[in-house]
Amino acid sequence: MLKVTNLTRLHIGPVDFVVANGECVAITGPSGSGKSVLLRSIVDLDPNSGEIQTDTLTRSKCSPIQWRKAVAMLPAESGWWADHVETHFHNTEDLPPLLEQIALHPDALQWEVAHLSTGEKHRLALLRCLESKPEVLLLDEPTAALDHATTLQVEALLGSIMAKGTSIVIVTHDPDQATRLANHHLHLENGQLKEVSK
Amino acid sequence: MNSYISLTYFDLALAAIFLVINGALSIWLQLGLERKLLIASLRMIVQLVLVGVLLKSLFSILSPWLTILVALFMVGFAGREVWARQDRRLSGVWGFGIGTSAMAFAGAGITVIALTTMIGPDPWWTPRFALPLLGMVLGNTMTGISLALDTLHTSVIRERPAIEARLLLGSDRWSALRPVMRRALRSGFMPIINSMAATGIVSLPGMMTGQILSGVDPNEAVKYQLLVMFLIGGATGLGVLLATLASVWRLTDDRDRLRLERLTAPKSNA
Repeated sequence: MLKVTNLTRLHIGPVDFVVANGECVAITGPSGSGKSVLLRSIVDLDPNSGEIQTDTLTRSKCSPIQWRKAVAMLPAESGWWADHVETHFHNTEDLPPLLEQIALHPDALQWEVAHLSTGEKHRLALLRCLESKPEVLLLDEPTAALDHATTLQVEALLGSIMAKGTSIVIVTHDPDQATRLANHHLHLENGQLKEVSK
Repeated sequence: MNSYISLTYFDLALAAIFLVINGALSIWLQLGLERKLLIASLRMIVQLVLVGVLLKSLFSILSPWLTILVALFMVGFAGREVWARQDRRLSGVWGFGIGTSAMAFAGAGITVIALTTMIGPDPWWTPRFALPLLGMVLGNTMTGISLALDTLHTSVIRERPAIEARLLLGSDRWSALRPVMRRALRSGFMPIINSMAATGIVSLPGMMTGQILSGVDPNEAVKYQLLVMFLIGGATGLGVLLATLASVWRLTDDRDRLRLERLTAPKSNA
C-alpha cells in the first residue's frame, strides 16, 4: 500500500492518492508536467513536504535509507558506478531465471556496463531495484526503450510482482500500457492529479 | 662559509636585459606577447618592492597585531584564489567559506605548531619566521584545495545518475559519494606528492636555492627544506580532506539527498 497525503514540491501539488496492495496506478501527463519530479518526491530524493505511508513505514518517522528500500524507484535514466554489471548487485544467485523472463542474455551479468544498450540497462536496473524486495515500486517510463514484444515481457514480470502484493506506480506515455497494467489511471496537469475514468 | 654577496641595482638592470630580449623576440615573431610580458614584469617589480618595504617595516616594528593582520590578509587572498580557480562553486558564502576556513585551519594551524615547537623563534610569532613560512604553506594548500574542490564539483555533476542510483538503492550520502570524493582527494594530493618525488633531482626547491645562494651551509638548507616540505605536505593533506568533506556535506542533506542546486553554473560553457 502507498498512501500519499498533501505532497507538495515546487509547482506540484498538493497531491493525494492511494495505491492498494497488489494494485497499479498509471500516471500520464504532458512532458514537463512533473511526473518524474513527483516520483522523486515520493522517494524523498528532492526536498518536498507532505506525508507518505506504506503498510509498515511512515516516511517522516523512518530514515531515508529504510524508506528507499521499502519504496524503490527506477529513474528514467539508470545510473551505474562500476565497470561490470555484476558489481551493482548484492546477490546474483536468483537472477538467471528473471533475466530470461525479460529477454536478457543469461551472461548479461558478466557484461561491461559500457557495452549495454539503453534497453538492456533499463531492464537490469529494474532487477537491481527489486533486490531489496520493496513494498512499493515507482517506475519512470520503464519500457520507453523497448520493442513491443519485450515490453509485454516486462509487463508480465511486473504483473507477477503485483500478484505478490507489491504496489506499483508507473509513469508512462503509452495509454495502452496504462490500460493493460493499471487499476487506476491518473493524469498530471498544472500540478494536479485527476483520475481518468476507464 | 658565510659569503653573502649583495646585489646592486645595476646587477638587476643587467639581468632584466634578458626579458627585454624576450620582448624583442615577441615583436619580431609577432607573438603578441610583448604587452603581457611588460605588464607582468612591471607588476612583479612593483609587488616585490612593496613586499620588501612592508616586510622590512614589519620586521622592525615587531607587533603581534600587525603580524596577525598580514597573516589574515594572506589567508583571505589565498581563499579568493581557491574560489576563483573552480569552474563550478558552492553558491553563497559557502563557495568562499569552505576553502578559506579549511586553509586557515590547516595552514595556519600547522604553521603555528611549527613555530612554537620546531623552529622556536622568540617570540614565536616573529614575523621574519612566521610570514614566509605561512606563505609557503598557504601557497601549496591553496593549490591542493582548489584542485580537489574543482574535481569534486565537476564530477558530482557528471556522475549524478550514478550517485542518485546508489542513494535510491539505500546507500547513505557518504557511501554514495565515496567514488567522487576519492577522485577529488587524489587530485588534491597529486601536486604535493609529485613535487616531493621530483624535488632534489628535477628541481632544487626555490627556498633551499635561496638559502644556499645567501651563504647557508647546504646541509642546513636541506634540513629547512625538509621541514618545510613536511609542513606543506601535512597542511595540504589536512586542508584538502577538510574542504572535500565539508563540500560533500553541503552538497547533500540529512535526508541523504543530492543537492546540486547549491552549485553555481559553470564559468565557461566549453
